[in-house]
Amino acid sequence: MSSEAALSPSPEAGDDRDRSHAQGPGAAAPADWRRLDRRTVLASALVTGGVVAGAAVPTTLGLSGRLGFGAAVAWVLTGSLLLIGSAAGGDYVRWRRTRYRIGAERVELHTGLFLVKKRSLARERIRSVDLTAHLLQRILGLVTVRIGTGEHSGNDSTLELDPVTRPEGERLRRALLERAAAGSPGTHREGELAALDPRWIRYAPVSFVAPALGCAAGGAVLQVSDWFGAQGQVIEWIGERFRDTSLLTMIVLLALAAVVAGVVGALGLWVEMWWNYRLEREPGGTLRIRRGLLTSRSVSIEERRLRGVDLVEPLGIRTFGAARVDAITTGLVKDDEEQHGDHNTLLPAVPRRVADAVAADVLRETTSPTGAPLTAHPLAARGRRLRRACWAVGAPVSVLALLGALLTPVLLWTALGCAVVGLPVGVLLARDAYRGLGHAVSGDYLVVRAGTVRRSTAALERAGVIGWTVRQTYFQRRSGVLSVTATTAAGAGAYTAHDTGVSQGLGFAAEAVPGLLEPFLERVPPLG
Amino acid sequence: MTTGEGTVRLRPPNNTLDPRAVGWWRAQWLLLTAAPVVVLALLGALIAPARFWLLLPAAVLAVLGTGCAVLLPAWWFRTHRWEVTDEAVYVRTGVFRQEWRIAPMSRIQTVDTVRGPLEQLYRLATVTVTTASAKGAVRIEGLDHETAAGLAERLTRITQDTPGDAT
Repeated sequence: MSSEAALSPSPEAGDDRDRSHAQGPGAAAPADWRRLDRRTVLASALVTGGVVAGAAVPTTLGLSGRLGFGAAVAWVLTGSLLLIGSAAGGDYVRWRRTRYRIGAERVELHTGLFLVKKRSLARERIRSVDLTAHLLQRILGLVTVRIGTGEHSGNDSTLELDPVTRPEGERLRRALLERAAAGSPGTHREGELAALDPRWIRYAPVSFVAPALGCAAGGAVLQVSDWFGAQGQVIEWIGERFRDTSLLTMIVLLALAAVVAGVVGALGLWVEMWWNYRLEREPGGTLRIRRGLLTSRSVSIEERRLRGVDLVEPLGIRTFGAARVDAITTGLVKDDEEQHGDHNTLLPAVPRRVADAVAADVLRETTSPTGAPLTAHPLAARGRRLRRACWAVGAPVSVLALLGALLTPVLLWTALGCAVVGLPVGVLLARDAYRGLGHAVSGDYLVVRAGTVRRSTAALERAGVIGWTVRQTYFQRRSGVLSVTATTAAGAGAYTAHDTGVSQGLGFAAEAVPGLLEPFLERVPPLG
Repeated sequence: MTTGEGTVRLRPPNNTLDPRAVGWWRAQWLLLTAAPVVVLALLGALIAPARFWLLLPAAVLAVLGTGCAVLLPAWWFRTHRWEVTDEAVYVRTGVFRQEWRIAPMSRIQTVDTVRGPLEQLYRLATVTVTTASAKGAVRIEGLDHETAAGLAERLTRITQDTPGDAT
């Protein structure tokens, strides 16, 4: 490396093993070191070109008023070329200065112009190699490779190679994830575990995405029109359309339009997310999910990291008998980008039966623990949920009523309306939440289920439980219930059986992980 | 409930905290109360027109805070207990919302001992035992600092002897 490398302190300078390898790419064995794909320059030039083209049209129109059309075009062209050139130039420098090496023990990545960053990961600690390619990269045959150790320490545990050619990405993935037959012998089937069934798209419109997108569409119309100073006109235009109809019809029609927009958006999003979906088990003991219409994604989950599955049924898709399957794996990736994404979703919303079958396949079981019969929780749990629902409705209603009594009767009517609508809904949800509660020990797994808006049936490997937390509030003590939480290194970190009976919950925990809880339990002689 | 086989419950852990923890909690409460009370009282002294509306909450806060500082810590002292066996760390905390935490020795990843300025004054220490779970940390607050050091050493020794990556 050149003088910058010598001047700038390397972040890995303390790592002796790393230093012994990092003689500098030019010095020791240049053959080992690879570069990213050269076409990244083309890709970033094209991306910038697209953005510039989008901005160029309105800018040209704006400037031509002042400078005349010819001059405006000339100015904008110069500016565009300058921008595209600098983006491409910057990317060229990045490409020149970035190199990586897959050594016998470590994966190394050197990058940076002035501050040379040398990073390396021990190969034995690598837990995930994910490939992503957006549309342009796909056309050029490139992929972005993210190599992660699955540790909690954020960015430092992930190396990103952006981009390499697709065969190189596949080679890296295979080379880095292949372990010498570490997984259990082939007792369970390998190859494809699930593939996309286009009929699953029927669950897309009933997910929570649809109303969110509908509202977003309405908001976007107003926002964009506001940018052009035409918000008032848009509202006026809409008012004009509905001049002859009643206010109610107008609201219903507008809501309908939003719903249609939301449904169309949800369908589109589903197609983009899940097209070409495949879930496979690979020989090295890795689960691989591939999906995506425009942006293709490939996520690999090492089965050694898998501690169970979470069958998630949001209210919308549950009413149609569908469920989604998430993986519970150790080593949560805490990158911003991945936090919003559903990188641990194994299966989109599918009929419950299929979800159970795939969950069983994933866990190498004959029947899925998520389908096991669960023990219901005591009736006190239902009372607690009903009381909570009454409070949740009653508190705002009484505030409204109080304000109404003091200020204006309109608020009184609003309070009445809220109470009439809210109470039945609250009671229904509370009863449903109670019906959802359950826990069981099924084979090697413990299963807990809870939730009504987002019902989750988590099957957690019993060997993956690394502690227990038992909680009991004053009210729970009075009702004779408590909440038992299994902590784990995987997934959400904690899975709770809410409001179980005292003996029931403690017995469940003791049965799930023998030996851990028993020393701290005592029998109570029955009272009276 | 399975009444047939009799009911079970969690027994309280064996050890209480150091009695000085009561004083430490009191000091914490008093400091916590003093901060807003002093600010309010100062403002009340300086701003004549709003004096009543500043001194009143100051007085209320002072009375409440002092009351809590006198009563609560003694209660806490009775409910906060801990125990370390060869297999697990077992801690009970909380009054209104009681919490029992159990972390098996084989899954402990780090053992930290922390002594804040106030804790040093009372010769106390906090031992935090973390496992690989983001939500499974066990904290024992208000230990005598020598007990804490001994405990941390013992835990570290045991966990070092246990193989595996504790996930």
